Amino acid sequence: MSPMPDTILRVGRFDPAEFAARYAAPLFLLLLIAVFTALEPRFAHPLNVFNILRQVSISGLVAIGMTFVILTKGIDLSVGSLLALSGLVGAYVAKGGLDDRFALGGAATAANPLFLVVLAALAAGMLGGAVQGLAITRLKVPPFVVTLGGLTAFRGAALLFSGGGPISGFSADYAWWGQGRIGMVPVPVVIFLGAALIAHFVLTYTVFGKHVYATGGNERAADLNGVPTRRVVFITYVISGFACGLAGFLLSARLNSAEAVAGSGLELTVIAAVVIGGTSLFGGVGSIVGTVIGALLLGVLTNGLVLLNVSSFIQQIVIGITLVAAVTLDQFAVRRRQAQ
Amino acid sequence: MKPPILELKNISKHFGAIQALEGIDVQLGQGEVVGLMGDNGAGKSTLVRIIAGNFQPSAGEVILAGERVRFASSAGARQSGIEVVHQDLALCDNLTAADNVFLGRELRRRIGPFSILDYRAMARRAAELFSELQSETRPNDKVRLMSGGQRQAVAIARTRLSDARIVLMDEPTAAISVRQVGTVLDLIKRLRDRGITVVLISHRMPDVFAVADRLVVLRRGRKVADKPIADTTPEEATGLITGAIAVA
Ligand SMILES: Nc1ncnc2c1ncn2[C@@H]1O[C@H](COP(=O)(O)OP(=O)(O)OP(=O)(O)O)[C@@H](O)[C@H]1O
Ligand SMILES: [Mg+2]
Repeated sequence: MSPMPDTILRVGRFDPAEFAARYAAPLFLLLLIAVFTALEPRFAHPLNVFNILRQVSISGLVAIGMTFVILTKGIDLSVGSLLALSGLVGAYVAKGGLDDRFALGGAATAANPLFLVVLAALAAGMLGGAVQGLAITRLKVPPFVVTLGGLTAFRGAALLFSGGGPISGFSADYAWWGQGRIGMVPVPVVIFLGAALIAHFVLTYTVFGKHVYATGGNERAADLNGVPTRRVVFITYVISGFACGLAGFLLSARLNSAEAVAGSGLELTVIAAVVIGGTSLFGGVGSIVGTVIGALLLGVLTNGLVLLNVSSFIQQIVIGITLVAAVTLDQFAVRRRQAQ
Repeated sequence: MKPPILELKNISKHFGAIQALEGIDVQLGQGEVVGLMGDNGAGKSTLVRIIAGNFQPSAGEVILAGERVRFASSAGARQSGIEVVHQDLALCDNLTAADNVFLGRELRRRIGPFSILDYRAMARRAAELFSELQSETRPNDKVRLMSGGQRQAVAIARTRLSDARIVLMDEPTAAISVRQVGTVLDLIKRLRDRGITVVLISHRMPDVFAVADRLVVLRRGRKVADKPIADTTPEEATGLITGAIAVA
């Protein structure tokens, strides 16, 4: 069925820009690992490796949710604020109120069982995502605007809700979710990798996943072919909100404290991870594997530069350049696609 | 006229202030090929999308095989045997040919509690359809990398997934070579011979006159002609489209 001329054509269609956009991030990650390992013996130490992974896991979780959103050509700028708000909601439920908000240490008693805490944090995140998803799909307000509003509004809600101060001091089994280990592996890392596996499965093997790609690739065409594009887009914001809720809970458990200012500026790190991982801001192209690599890359970069005593100003410059380089590659690939 | 499989009664459609269709009555006979012509913006695609369930009419009725229908989406229309080749083909460039063929009605298989995409079955079926259409299109290639003819084969393959009763083709010959136009016209004839009704929208007079049994002309959302192709000429059709001839 596959005649010769096509085979030749196919080889002729190898696209260097496409190749670079696809493999630049993993290659750069490997390069960084090699360089840091050579320059700094502490870098490859298992303790440091798990340290990196643990640092990556919170923003990485949020980046997984963000990947769904960006694949549909959307954006979610509200993630940092929503993370803070859901963390506070969880903490509030754990304490059963704001009365003993400053109780410190693992001796603190829980007012509500842990599953209610998790449920509350997840519900807060999903509700925030759902409200934004509705505004985007029903009221047709651009995602950038809706979630920019969310960024401000959820932060305000978090400040209002907490009265400005932190809620800290949780029970030991609460804190375990942020500080504990399963074997050698920190719990948040296990959750991050588990979430990545599930998200990868959903995007690759389910009808919903296919519809996410279709909607991002050509929303009108998807619509004409019976893809419920509005529902698909709505769900991606709920997923992003879910990720924020889970990450908010884990972060509060790790710090033993939930604060209204948690996750400030997180949206930038997360979008950077997704984009560096090869997911196109133009929608329809990208993967969870890429996002995990993008998140690891940022984590490794920051950690390595810190170990090498590079000033944090220079770190920011390096990360900025990496981000722009990734988007530039993506732009190249897009222009190639259009030229064809 | 052959017994009608589909009747449109007094169909109107407006988008805000734009009146795209007004009081359209059309009957499609079983196994009939109807050429639908009209200037840009005359309302042809809108009419097709109403029949295909993409749009709901603002007023009027759609009657399929004697029963009044109101499709909430294209899925409903497909279930009733209505298939479409959309204008500009409605493809997702970022997906493979097989993904596009099955878009909106993906094949699934069960693994334990999960229902997952059956990539293998979809690729196999898509490959069959492409070879039936004599197209060298590989199921697992991304549509982005495909030629105009291959893209068109993907869009047409969609209409062959189920036993269609009506196939609507919105400018299927707009962007392809002369040889490929011939393939499409042959396909239309084969569909007709199997009793399938075809609506062909085209700006190309020779195509319409080569395969259509009947000509319907829209102008500014109104039907201005509906007659057997044998009773008209390309010259008259041109006049009807441009408005040089008011109505026929
Ligand atoms: N979704 C929509 N929203 C608003 N207006 C629309 C929409 N779809 C079509 N229209 C308008 O309805 C009118 C008819 O459009 P339609 O696409 O049906 O024309 P057409 O006959 O298919 O033209 P062409 O030959 O250019 O494809 C046009 O004025 C168009 O602008
Ligand atoms: Mg049209």
